[in-house]
Amino acid sequence: MTETDGQLAEMLESYPETVKKNRKKHLVIKNEAAESCPQIEANTRTIPGIISQRGCAYAGCKGVVVGPIKDMLTITHGPVGCGYYSWGTRRNKARADKTTPKDQVYSQLCFTTDMQEPDIVFGGEKKLAKMIDEVVALYHPRAINICATCPVGLIGDDIGAVAKAAMERHNIQVLAYNCEGYKGVSQSAGHHIANNTIMEKIVGTGTERKPGKHVINLLGEYNIGGDGWELERVLTEIGYTVNCVLTGDSSYLNIKTLHLADLNLVQCHRSINYIAEMMETRYGTPWLKVNFIGIEAMNQSLRQLAQCFGDPELEAKTEVVIQRETARVTAALDQYRKVCAGKTAFAFVGGSRSHHYQYLLRDLGMEVMVAGYEFAHRDDYEGRQVIPMIKTDADSKNIPELHLSPDPEKYREAHEHLSITKEQYEELKKEVPLSYYEGMYPNMKGGEVMIDDCNHHEIEELVARYKPDLIFSGVRDKYVAHKLGVASKQLHSYDYSGPYAGYNGALNFARDVTNALMTPAWNLIIPPWEKNGNEGSENHA
Amino acid sequence: MARQVAIYGKGGIGKSTTTQNTVAALAEAGKKIMVVGCDPKADSTRLLLHGLCQKTVLDTLRDEGDDIELDAILKPGFGETQCVESGGPEPGVGCAGRGIITSINLLESLGAYTPDLDYVFYDVLGDVVCGGFAMPIREGKAEEIYIVASGELMALYAANNIAKGIKKYADNGKVRLGGIICNSRKVDNELPLLKAFAEELGSQLIYFVPRDNLVQRAEINKKTVIDFDPTSGQANEYRNLAQAIDNNKMFVIPRPMVQERLEELMMQHGFMDAM
Repeated sequence: MTETDGQLAEMLESYPETVKKNRKKHLVIKNEAAESCPQIEANTRTIPGIISQRGCAYAGCKGVVVGPIKDMLTITHGPVGCGYYSWGTRRNKARADKTTPKDQVYSQLCFTTDMQEPDIVFGGEKKLAKMIDEVVALYHPRAINICATCPVGLIGDDIGAVAKAAMERHNIQVLAYNCEGYKGVSQSAGHHIANNTIMEKIVGTGTERKPGKHVINLLGEYNIGGDGWELERVLTEIGYTVNCVLTGDSSYLNIKTLHLADLNLVQCHRSINYIAEMMETRYGTPWLKVNFIGIEAMNQSLRQLAQCFGDPELEAKTEVVIQRETARVTAALDQYRKVCAGKTAFAFVGGSRSHHYQYLLRDLGMEVMVAGYEFAHRDDYEGRQVIPMIKTDADSKNIPELHLSPDPEKYREAHEHLSITKEQYEELKKEVPLSYYEGMYPNMKGGEVMIDDCNHHEIEELVARYKPDLIFSGVRDKYVAHKLGVASKQLHSYDYSGPYAGYNGALNFARDVTNALMTPAWNLIIPPWEKNGNEGSENHA
Repeated sequence: MARQVAIYGKGGIGKSTTTQNTVAALAEAGKKIMVVGCDPKADSTRLLLHGLCQKTVLDTLRDEGDDIELDAILKPGFGETQCVESGGPEPGVGCAGRGIITSINLLESLGAYTPDLDYVFYDVLGDVVCGGFAMPIREGKAEEIYIVASGELMALYAANNIAKGIKKYADNGKVRLGGIICNSRKVDNELPLLKAFAEELGSQLIYFVPRDNLVQRAEINKKTVIDFDPTSGQANEYRNLAQAIDNNKMFVIPRPMVQERLEELMMQHGFMDAM
């Protein structure tokens, strides 16, 4: 990687040799001349001592995947901190609906066993069992999740046995997730653990298909700030029945019937691709990677989606909605573009967001100079074709892999799911990338940087070098960016805003980005001693 | 200020028996002593109390909460010794190591460490398996350590490992190795082997306790030898051990051996001659 040597050598200069060698592998600078993406190292351990952007397995399992399921009561088994700090922080919105009354929506609440010292010493199983009995008596939930935190794994509480016994006592599903924070190298491990359990224990247990000609699931959409609702609005108008948005505003009832939908859409690839893949194996359900962030991206995803069903009426309606919505938002976006055009940004989020938001920012005339994922795997950068080449290591082997086979009764061929002929399906596959994610790389422009598991030091160096106007990241980087004099927005929680997905989301995003860029605060932060003839000095706080 | 003594050694080597007999001898000589059992089995004070301690610190804590009277956990034993058992979870459950930390902290906050004590003895289970069981030698709790060993291979392996633990904490604190106590198993050449072993560690063989079935008879009667048969020769052996500890001035940071050296030493003293 000679380019890295040249352009970003300085950034790595202050590292010890072994760290330098390691971090270099997590960096790729886009070279338009090269045909394919060079290998980027991802999903490996963060070097101890480096302030990483990553979360833990518990955050991935409870915070991302199972926490938002609104009618499942999720218990954090552990000392109070893990439960408390994952309480509502991701702003996954949920509301009551026809099948889930208000008093069965628990995602706003926080349940934890609040383990104390004696529970650590004598084991917390009894306390957990007691808590399950109490929440069943108080709330009568349809099902319960138990998420383990670090100490639970260290003292060896058998939460699976507690769940099984509780299931027999109360006659409802009680699911145990061994998602102790230290499992795996990032929150990615927690996603996988959650996916496995949802797939094994919930999917396929429901029997009633929602009415509608084209029934779809939207996987990996967490309804942050109401994203899922905006997408549902559009999809429903076009003529789809959205069976389940997994897991934003989802309900246990709908997850049970996930397998009765015709097609799975995958929004966040990293956190949910396991379920998409496992459903394809077990039920034959095809899946389509979509990106509903940005007008162009949204329109393209809607067109590809309509194509899947070979239904002219659906395709026509799709065009009508696309034309109307695009026209509706374009004028407003043009106004915002006047401020945003030519500005640059960094994006460090997730396992798909740093890719998705590049489209929306381009709609505004902005370019992402540096994009990184926190917890992605190589396929999220390079595309799914690299999956067979990814080496397993001790950390990835630590996460159980389910080996499913086609369900003898429920499996149907992909074309049957889509109600098209086998020939039509073969044609479709040539035009629409089913069961595929191309990764972030193809969309980036020459010279732009792709960085995995970025850290504070590297952000400071990258800011000094590229001087971005806006940094999209999480709360850990937000104030680092502010101290460097750069506007920053959280893309995990959207700060206090949203939705950002779909058409209305694009407007909200454009407004928030414009506000951030226009804030006069950034002109007022140069201290007096730097103003007086010292203005050339670096912008480090 | 009481001398804080911790006794470590391989499981089954006779730590509890040796500790209680030594404590009994010291008590008989007029010393004021508290014995803290740091074993979830809670059998470290059985001989002094003439039976198993009825209520451990952790059981009490669990049943009655933080608001505990010292009398509830501190039981008077032979020769006015103060006996307390840390206790712990059943095997395979929870975290016994954390339990030790909890109970020692509780003892401190309840004021069990009174200024009139001459000695506090900690009797710690088997090997130092985790940070919790190292508690008595961390944070300046116990300052002198005696390791009970015998001429058997595994006992010396364990003793060497414990020495590693002591060294780790000694470098940053006040804990020192006071010596090796041989609880004889009548292994060939046991005395010279143990002497050489202790010296190699930079320490001393502080006493060689001969094997005597009287110890077992006393144990069946839930008593120390001092208590059960005060005029016996074995009682005098324990009195001598107690005196050696009372007079001990040699406290060192041990120099644990590498595995090869330990095996070499055994070949030299134990097996070469035996062959």
